[in-house]
Amino acid sequence: MLFCKRSCMLEGGVMPYQRLMICFCMMALWTLVLWPAHADANGMDILKERCVSCHNLQGPAPSTLAALWQRKGPDLFYAGNKYRQQWVEAWLQNPKRIRPAGMFYIKHIKPGEKRDMVDKSTLSAHLKLNAADAKAVAAALADLKANSALVKAEKHDASIAPGPLGEMMFDKIYGCMACHQIEPGYGGITGPEIYTAGKRLTPEFMLSYIRSPQAWDAKIWMPNKHVPDANRQKLVNYILDLSKENFDE
Amino acid sequence: MNKQFFNILFALLLLLPAAAQAESAADNYKTYCMQCHGLEGTGMGANIQDMSVQPRDHTDAKAMGGRTDAEIFKVIKEGGLAINKSALMPPWADTFTDNEINDLVKHLRKLCQCSHEG
Repeated sequence: MLFCKRSCMLEGGVMPYQRLMICFCMMALWTLVLWPAHADANGMDILKERCVSCHNLQGPAPSTLAALWQRKGPDLFYAGNKYRQQWVEAWLQNPKRIRPAGMFYIKHIKPGEKRDMVDKSTLSAHLKLNAADAKAVAAALADLKANSALVKAEKHDASIAPGPLGEMMFDKIYGCMACHQIEPGYGGITGPEIYTAGKRLTPEFMLSYIRSPQAWDAKIWMPNKHVPDANRQKLVNYILDLSKENFDE
Repeated sequence: MNKQFFNILFALLLLLPAAAQAESAADNYKTYCMQCHGLEGTGMGANIQDMSVQPRDHTDAKAMGGRTDAEIFKVIKEGGLAINKSALMPPWADTFTDNEINDLVKHLRKLCQCSHEG
């Protein structure tokens, strides 16, 4: 802005109307160029003020069980490599539970008649943001890109379709359904629901996480099943297909 | 020379936490096993509703007594398929060290109050 004023003044003692307009346009352009940075800064401010008590924005992931048990919400320091920004923006305005048994299931289950059951009184709702704040936070999260090398090592191939074997692979062959639901109320509950994962997560993140959950989160209770490359593609494409069923709507 | 010494010392200090990460069997069981085998170890875990094969009851002395320590070690490390059991029991080789698995075998023997009878 200073530069703009000075350059205008240098051209003569009086600023003609056209030069004033040029200066105005330059200032408007300057503001527009800077606007995304302002939006991100605002989003990061919101994250630091309202989210940091439950979410880790800086890393690293817990390296001990004691630290793992303290975690209240998903780590976000690699959110930009994990989530689809559009989904984050929409979800923050209308948050719905993704992990039926909470972040760490052991804190939210109690013995039941037929099996251990979720004690819903121990679960709390995620805060809700207005549209502007959700947009700013989603943009700020998209910039948090730890572990980029892990996702860059993956190449999603949508053509490797699982066909009708997708569910069988997910359930019987790799046993993923033991911990994940493939439709509301159907499947395990100690992992995040899978029927919305295709809308929520990038394919490269899913490929990488299945390749090695421990590379992302050393102490997580998801085991590495050493799924061969082609079958990882099939599992991810099954998950992407599953999200088209719109079970969440 | 002094600088090199301090660099090596610093590197060793960085490695210390990694070396001290072994978790107790009780804590590992709580974190990784209870989700399927249950809070009481009876196989009534929170995940079992839609499982085609029910998880092992670790308090069942007869069933657990039928397995050697080596078999239990193998099934924890390599998964159910390694002993011709269900794929729903996953391999935990990337989660536990061999020492931690040995400790888990001992923990399971306490839960079943049994030993291998064969």
